[in-house]
Amino acid sequence: MALISRALSGDLPRNRILTALLIAIVAGLALAPFVFPGAKALNVAAKICIFIVLVASFDLLLGYTGIVSFAHTMFFGIGAYGVAIALTRLGPSWAAVGTGIAAALALSFGLSLVIGLFSLRVKAIFYAMITLAVASAFQTFASQLSEITGGEDGLNFKVPELLSPGFSLVEQPFLGVSVDGKLISYYLLFAVTVVLFLVMLRIVNSPFGRVLQAIRENDFRAEALGYRTVVYRTCSNVLSAGFATLAGALLALWLRYNGPDTSLSFDIMIDILLMVVIGGMGTLYGAVIGASLFVIAQNYLQDLMKLASDAAAGIPLLPNLVHPDRWLLWLGILFVLSVYHFPAGIVGRLRGKK
Amino acid sequence: MNASDATVAAPQALPAVKLDRLPLLLLPALALLALPLMGSFSTWVTLTVAGLAMGMIIFIIASGLTLVFGLMDVLNFGHGVFIALGAFLAATVLGSMTDWTASESLLINLLAVLPAMLVAMAVAGGVGYAFERVIIRPVYGQHLKQIMITMGGMIIGEELIKVIWGPQTIPLPLPAAFRGSLLLGDAAVEKYRLIAVVIGLVVLGAMFWVLGRTKIGLLIRAGVQDREMVECLGYRIRKLFVGVFVAGSALAGLGGVMWGLYQQNVTPQMGAQVNVLIFIVIIIGGLGSVGGCFIGALLVGLLANYTGFLVPKVALFSNILLMVLILLWRPQGIYPVAKR
Repeated sequence: MALISRALSGDLPRNRILTALLIAIVAGLALAPFVFPGAKALNVAAKICIFIVLVASFDLLLGYTGIVSFAHTMFFGIGAYGVAIALTRLGPSWAAVGTGIAAALALSFGLSLVIGLFSLRVKAIFYAMITLAVASAFQTFASQLSEITGGEDGLNFKVPELLSPGFSLVEQPFLGVSVDGKLISYYLLFAVTVVLFLVMLRIVNSPFGRVLQAIRENDFRAEALGYRTVVYRTCSNVLSAGFATLAGALLALWLRYNGPDTSLSFDIMIDILLMVVIGGMGTLYGAVIGASLFVIAQNYLQDLMKLASDAAAGIPLLPNLVHPDRWLLWLGILFVLSVYHFPAGIVGRLRGKK
Repeated sequence: MNASDATVAAPQALPAVKLDRLPLLLLPALALLALPLMGSFSTWVTLTVAGLAMGMIIFIIASGLTLVFGLMDVLNFGHGVFIALGAFLAATVLGSMTDWTASESLLINLLAVLPAMLVAMAVAGGVGYAFERVIIRPVYGQHLKQIMITMGGMIIGEELIKVIWGPQTIPLPLPAAFRGSLLLGDAAVEKYRLIAVVIGLVVLGAMFWVLGRTKIGLLIRAGVQDREMVECLGYRIRKLFVGVFVAGSALAGLGGVMWGLYQQNVTPQMGAQVNVLIFIVIIIGGLGSVGGCFIGALLVGLLANYTGFLVPKVALFSNILLMVLILLWRPQGIYPVAKR
């Protein structure tokens, strides 16, 4: 028990239902290849892992520091492109993966530092607008540099042999699942996710994290207590950009493809925002719940809506409202309602009930 | 004679508001700077008119947003929805009047476009009223929530447009008499751009008249300067704000009609795309200032057209570049609003 508490940096879920949910999610993800067979299920599980890291890193910024940034997918994209470009240019080796991640992290740190110093001194609204503009410019930039980034088509590349689907570690299937590169990639992804999540949990529960929360609650007062808020805000910005970059690298390794729509698009930015708010801002467990719920809804709610849409056929407008492509409408409504009625999200709601 | 002499001469008089003329010079400076780079005068005229037309349309869209922000400190990330709404309504109205839009007569064409604009303004204004009531009212003064809520409004609005009109791109052809160009000497000027400039000037004139010559305008300007003081004097700024919000949404609807005709097609995502552009414009203008917004919009329009001709690759980033340059010069925007 003490060990778990230590691993979670003393920040336990503090609610029975929440604990049960989290254990279910972690167990589901850990055993996904064995419990949920099929390529789609494994893809969904991998996507949940990647988004847990991405959403948690965004929560570091939005939930803990109170900064709204719309440039988060930019860093996500930098990570994905870093790995993609390095593997395309240098061939499928672990050295290439390392080079790509290092270069991407360097670029992300530099960019986030510049943006932070340039605009974090001013109001939240200003920062939101600047990042929106910068992110959209970066997206255009990435699709214009088509010799390097592959333009709109993106890049297809080979990953190191250990992770490629053709590779198999042992001949016999283990528990009915063949031990191939896909399975190894998944467990690599899962392990990295767990480590990164615990590191972030450590950060937000450190004295540094407390200062960030103080800034969120009352920046003037934090400044008066002697903390240089600009420095802390910038640090938070840089850290969250770094974690987003790593999430992007994971995405590229998993998909073996990267393009503007898979990592840079503004739609993903909106998805992240929805996940953070619905899951619960200001608590990293919210990222886990939000990301899992959202990705599952994204992949399976549509099937459900298709049934409803078919059932409603013949009634004017209603089939369109429940059309499978309109799933974002319902999540958007859920988002607005959750900002109003339970701003602390699902996790805050559960914790509040005790 | 400079400004200090004037204050010495009349110390008792109220200090006159000094008109900051420097930003006004930016426009002719940019245009003149571009002239030698173009090579030919006629190309320059074509591009300048095109740039001014684009700037005018952007101004119409962005003016409402900047006023809303200046008056109530509310930044509406959902503004783009009203633009898309206006454009889609125009596509529907004009689509149902193909006889009139196909006519070669300018008058009949105008008679077709006018109801499209009126419908777009009325509906966008009405939806704006509901939007203010439902989405924005509960979150006054809470910036973080405002950004998120209006973003949520944007998502819902975009999805609802897809529900009603479908997710595909709809063509919005220009009425027959608006197509083609006029020849001014050697320079070819597209007719629609001229029309856009005229409509833009009418809107600008109307806005300056309302803001500068009427009681309501006086209250709005005073409210932008200092909201609490106006409230102390017994005016209900909330009601005024609702009016400005509705007017701003209606203008966004009008701008949407013009932007749609300018692009000649409408997509549900256009709101989000234009959003980025108008945020840049109002940041350049100084968050809350109408004059700054106007200059910013024209600068963006001109620069986009010039760089599009000279260095097309740079054109994609010209807006950001312009914003960075302006903010390096004046960190608060061209005309900073006093209290911010």
